[in-house]
Amino acid sequence: MKKFAKVLALCLALVMVIGCFAACGKDKDTGKKDEKPEILGMSDSPLDAPEVKKDFEIKEGFKIGFICLHDENSTYDKNFLDGANAVIEALGLTKDQYIIKKNIPEGNECYEAAKDLVDQGCTIIFANSFGHEDFMIKAAKEFTDVEFCHATGCKAATENLPNYHNAFASIYEGRYLAGIAAGMKLNEMIEAGDITAEEAKMGYVGAFTYAEVISGYTSFYLGAKSVCPSVTMDVQFTGSWYDPTLEKNAAEALIAKDCVLISQHADSMGAPGACEAAGIPNVSYNGSTYEACPSTFIVSSRINWAPYFNYIIKCVNTDEAIATDWCGGIAEGSVVLTGINQDVAAEGTVDAIAKAVAELKAGTLKVFNTANFTVDGKVLEDDLVVDGYYNESGIVSAPSFSFNVDGITRLNENFG
Amino acid sequence: MAREKKVHNPLFHVVKREPLPFLPALGIRAAAVVAALIVSALVITVLSQQNPLEVYKSMFEGSFGSSVRIWNLALNLAMLLCVSLVVTPAFKMKFWNIGAEGQVLISGLATVACMFFLGDQFAFLGDKKPYVLIPIMLGASILAGILWAVLPAIAKALWNTNETLFTLMMNYIAIQLVAYFLKKYVKSGSGVLEPMPQHGLPVIGDMDYLLSILIVLALTVIVYVYLKHSKQGYEISVVGESVNTAKYIGINVKKVIIRTLAISGAIAGVAGFLLVGGINHTISTTTVGGRGFTAIMVSWLAKFNPLTMIITSFLIVFMERGAEQISSDFNVDPSISDILTGIILFFIIGCEFFLQYKIVFNKNRKEEV
Repeated sequence: MKKFAKVLALCLALVMVIGCFAACGKDKDTGKKDEKPEILGMSDSPLDAPEVKKDFEIKEGFKIGFICLHDENSTYDKNFLDGANAVIEALGLTKDQYIIKKNIPEGNECYEAAKDLVDQGCTIIFANSFGHEDFMIKAAKEFTDVEFCHATGCKAATENLPNYHNAFASIYEGRYLAGIAAGMKLNEMIEAGDITAEEAKMGYVGAFTYAEVISGYTSFYLGAKSVCPSVTMDVQFTGSWYDPTLEKNAAEALIAKDCVLISQHADSMGAPGACEAAGIPNVSYNGSTYEACPSTFIVSSRINWAPYFNYIIKCVNTDEAIATDWCGGIAEGSVVLTGINQDVAAEGTVDAIAKAVAELKAGTLKVFNTANFTVDGKVLEDDLVVDGYYNESGIVSAPSFSFNVDGITRLNENFG
Repeated sequence: MAREKKVHNPLFHVVKREPLPFLPALGIRAAAVVAALIVSALVITVLSQQNPLEVYKSMFEGSFGSSVRIWNLALNLAMLLCVSLVVTPAFKMKFWNIGAEGQVLISGLATVACMFFLGDQFAFLGDKKPYVLIPIMLGASILAGILWAVLPAIAKALWNTNETLFTLMMNYIAIQLVAYFLKKYVKSGSGVLEPMPQHGLPVIGDMDYLLSILIVLALTVIVYVYLKHSKQGYEISVVGESVNTAKYIGINVKKVIIRTLAISGAIAGVAGFLLVGGINHTISTTTVGGRGFTAIMVSWLAKFNPLTMIITSFLIVFMERGAEQISSDFNVDPSISDILTGIILFFIIGCEFFLQYKIVFNKNRKEEV
């Protein structure tokens, strides 16, 4: 009896294995039929990171310390670490001239890390996460002869410490450029008759309902609107910077609401992955998602931190004061774009973006030009509106634009 | 014949040893550490192509490289030790409290709530503010800790529920409560509550953490004396050895369980109070930072002896600091240093096993077959 059971089990297992092979074979056959005849792939970037140039001498005893929230596994931190490594290499810093501390939480550990870096002889210390700010300020007050630089923070302007500085980049310009690519894709769909002009609705997955995200999606929307005037946009907030499931669900909900193109400001692959699965074009952030999403990825913008690192290192070595608030733009090379996926993007996208880059550089194009959008049907009035445009990141480097522009619908609110 | 075959006769079996004298036992432990270091050195050379001696030097410097680091080591040691004291009385009673993380965190939440809501209310007291505010903070913290520890104890005493699951679940409730209140009261970007050092513990001289460290040391001695030399401590041991014996000699087991967990909770209250009021001056879901779980290892390795726990928590904090230093000095992935910590702990735990048990091979096994 036992033997019979064993033989039976073996037979069943065999049948399953053979069945599996058969199924695989079928997949392969149909796969071949679907394959496109030609893949154009990625274009060169219309706005690439410039090479870091060394035009000063490193003083003896110079040492810089970096404090990072996570390690390379987070796209956010990887972006900082890549910038730091580029500068370290370009300036030829030796091993005893820099220290990188990873996985430092947003708590007293950050203060302890800064203290330890001072103890090891660092003359300048940089931290990369918003929540590090209070602890960096605490350290800056204690160690007045060391420079403290903090990315994405907003308290330097009001703290009045000579050795504490904030930095950001005018990433809204990068998002505007990515928005142009999105708008042109919508135009292509309208011309092909896939959608009507009124159906040109985009979806946006945002992390939290505050200025950094609002400024980002508004500039993205304005970029799209500059080429596709009838465009509207729905925004869904997840309330988290990194949550693959929430971001995927948000993207799927937006697609179900007839959004024909998706972009996001959150750090996981949730939204781009959902777009690839549904075949909906996606404008990404923080770096290319082309490898994982070759049939839907259009373009991605990101902040390049190398110019800021180069700037602060130069200041310390040439005894110049570091700006209290520093906001790098296109001219500094702080805002960059990936290449454009020519299999998905509309024809002429590369040229249109290159034209806008030139106009932004020349100053003839302002992203938040109040002639191009309304808030509650009226032209925006605010203290920061100067010469007909909202002066984003002009005074405090962190983004501050947090108005609800007409044409954009917030499906929910989610504060951190 | 057939019946004889069924007698199970294994290749070897494990037998409890006579306790070894102190010096040879120490020698064996030292040998285990040396063996661990040699194996780790091999792993370092193969995985990261670094000179193992350099790596060990950097590991040592991570803890003792400068006075700042020694203070940092002392602080982290003290906090890990304090959280380990939370689990120890319960463990001695074989009550598996794995909820120290939540018990300390909820105490921290109570402390921070006092600082946040009452701190500015008492400003009119001027210099005398700490004399009013700090006892309130400590009291609220201890009450919260006791509540979190006693709930599972009551359920265990009355309905014999599984304390491991119950205390574990309480961790999640505490973490989510902290997340909820941070969302509710902190409106800034990534939800970090601004530190409130103005409402924190006083500082002795300019040594930020000295007071906290001294409190933990005193607490360690108190818990040691309580467990070793008090009647209640003895009751805990008896309940731990055998509940039936305890009942037979007239110990009220239910009372002992609830009382012991109330003490655990009170210690958690002190830990949360020091972490938030003395060190962080703010709270996040990661303020306890996994110490509630590391504490389990600290307590076990020390066989639930609070004084030995000073050594075991030193060992673990030393390796953590060293691991951090290795990854920043050699720019290697932090996981390499985690691997080293794993290897060293593996050898130490293995060595403890062989100090207590020996393996006896069955000589006449072949003959029987």
